[in-house]
Amino acid sequence: MTTTIFFTIVSLTILGSILALILYFVAQKFKVVEDPRIDDVETLLPGANCGGCGFAGCRAYAEACVKAESLDALFCPVGGNEVMKSVASYLGMAVAEKTPQIAVVRCNGNCDSRPKTNHYDGYSSCAVMSSLYSGDTACSYGCLGQGDCVVVCNFNAIFMDPRTGLPEVDEDKCTACGACVKACPKFIIELRNKGVKNRRIYVSCVNKDKGGVARKACFVACTGCTKCQKVCPFDAITITNNLAYIDYNKCKLCRKCVSECPTRAIWEVNFPVRVPRKAESITVEQK
Amino acid sequence: MSRTFSIGGIHPHDFKISANAAIEDFPLVDIAYIPVSQHLGAPAEPVVAKGDKVQTGQLIAKASGFISANIHSSVSGSVLSIEMLPDLSGNLIQHIVIKVEGDEWVESIDTSSDIVRDIKLESKEIIAKIAEAGIVGLGGAAFPTHIKLSPPPNKKAEYLIINGAECEPYLTSDYRLMVESPEQILIGTKIMMKALGVKKSYVGIEENKPAAIKKMKSIAAKGYKEIKIVSLKKRYPQGGEKQLIDAIVHREVPSMGLPIDTGVVVHNVGTALAVYEAVQKNKPLIDGVVTVTGKCMSEQRNFRLRVGTTFDRIMFAIGGFPKDAVKLINGGPMMGKAVSRMEAASVKSTSALLLLTEDETKRGEEGNCIRCSKCVYACPMGLEPYLLNRLSRAGRVEDLELNAVHDCIECGCCFYSCPAHIPLLDTIRLSKAQVLRIIRSRPKK
Repeated sequence: MTTTIFFTIVSLTILGSILALILYFVAQKFKVVEDPRIDDVETLLPGANCGGCGFAGCRAYAEACVKAESLDALFCPVGGNEVMKSVASYLGMAVAEKTPQIAVVRCNGNCDSRPKTNHYDGYSSCAVMSSLYSGDTACSYGCLGQGDCVVVCNFNAIFMDPRTGLPEVDEDKCTACGACVKACPKFIIELRNKGVKNRRIYVSCVNKDKGGVARKACFVACTGCTKCQKVCPFDAITITNNLAYIDYNKCKLCRKCVSECPTRAIWEVNFPVRVPRKAESITVEQK
Repeated sequence: MSRTFSIGGIHPHDFKISANAAIEDFPLVDIAYIPVSQHLGAPAEPVVAKGDKVQTGQLIAKASGFISANIHSSVSGSVLSIEMLPDLSGNLIQHIVIKVEGDEWVESIDTSSDIVRDIKLESKEIIAKIAEAGIVGLGGAAFPTHIKLSPPPNKKAEYLIINGAECEPYLTSDYRLMVESPEQILIGTKIMMKALGVKKSYVGIEENKPAAIKKMKSIAAKGYKEIKIVSLKKRYPQGGEKQLIDAIVHREVPSMGLPIDTGVVVHNVGTALAVYEAVQKNKPLIDGVVTVTGKCMSEQRNFRLRVGTTFDRIMFAIGGFPKDAVKLINGGPMMGKAVSRMEAASVKSTSALLLLTEDETKRGEEGNCIRCSKCVYACPMGLEPYLLNRLSRAGRVEDLELNAVHDCIECGCCFYSCPAHIPLLDTIRLSKAQVLRIIRSRPKK
């Protein structure tokens, strides 16, 4: 009995050490030399593996950073400027500061302003729904409300508002990785500059139909009336295909266009509530 | 012995409840909305303007581009406007709106019911006439017929197959045509054979239509010996082009290929009749037989419907929506599309309107795939739907192409057979469109 145990232990020990030796030499022979900086850069990154940078994950991005000659084309939207600075200082390179961005949902056709014309009872996915038909409202450009953007968000930063049936972006959580922008089959979500004090002005509509058709489908649609374009002192607004677009690089947040828009398709976010001037309020009352 | 295709397929109940309703002319409408894009390919260019007087059968929109078809007015009256209006899936398409005043036909059209049997024209003239009449495939895809009848010079057609399978449940429009005007269909077939220069043709009809088989056979025996009537087993999707070729001449259409690659051209019986009317009677394609059916309807109907009749007008004609109907489908229950806009108008290839109740349209709750492989057995194209579904959800486009997602014919057999109610067709259709876009964007060798 004891001899059996003894021989087992001895034979297994010998076998194990021989295999360990073989493995050691094989590992020496086929050693993959990797830049140790990749590991260090990876630890600096947020580790979200969201793919927002355009690479398969944080590791692939770290590799690209180490290999790259300049960091201009590489940006980690999740980590933002702070992470990019630390990566740049570690690698001894310079990096240009980027303005922080946020995902913006450019549709405000809620249940009241955009009445349903039919009832969709198929598979709950925007991509599938848009492959079948134009949508359950008269607007063929607007949000389908099946929540593909919610599904793809890795940061729980976007959710469907049950009151409006539209997606809402959580400003604190959104990292501008762009996953929702790619997932939306109607190209409604856009990455825009976060703006001074988080204040933003944008056209919350993507309807390219002519004014009458767009208005008929949705009360708050952009009709392409050019009023905002005329009032803008900074030439930030362009109108193509009956749709206004505000260039966030030119916009100085003066809010002139917001009050001018007849359909209230232009939205202002995080501005203080306006106090109506006395003269204005009187004229309104007289009417 | 009845023939059938070799792999896949399902056996849904056929519900041909409207089979005994004779074709009746649909009453004239007040305003016709005629879309300029009723076919595959480039939309036609309108050649009339607001205020113009048009007659029934007059050309109102001209084909633009190689793959396109002429559009003719289906009514007589004056053009109210040319505007963008939604089609049945809600996309805006240019429509020619015509206010109906009387029913005046263009003089050259022979409106009598006499059968003209002599084929006087030559092959080229026939094809030109078919192109002029704006005939498109009435089997569903609405591909311009004249292009199908003029194969590229390096390919030769051997057989012409006329598709009378009508494998979709509920649909009876082709059946009624075969029962009511069999000789016209056979003359139409003969005209197309002459245009193609083929010696032999087949008409495939499923077994569940014995009256049509009998009638077609008896007339074919009298003077159309070169046309063979083939009885087919009842099986869905027998009416698919590729399946029909497999069933009748036992040839396989290559992946991404066309039927002409196997020396076969397939046309629908409705197209054969339209060709007869165009060539022998000068009548352009302005109407078609439409089955209006549903278990919730008290009376089943088969209408001869003019192009441009709105769906709400059709519902009005049958006495309004039945009480428990919740869904209107343009086409059959397997491949048809739900109508999202009642104000949309019928087109050349509209073949049926199906009303379904809530019980019939309900989707089962989605479960997990247990790899039972029912979808694999059901797929008539030999694909693996469960795998394509998984790849599609993971967005693996290269693997989808390797697994030939582009060969899917969207027949819905996989979805029908899935016991877990997984929306296989929805996800596969999505990836198919994606993969086809990628394949087409590649530079040609």
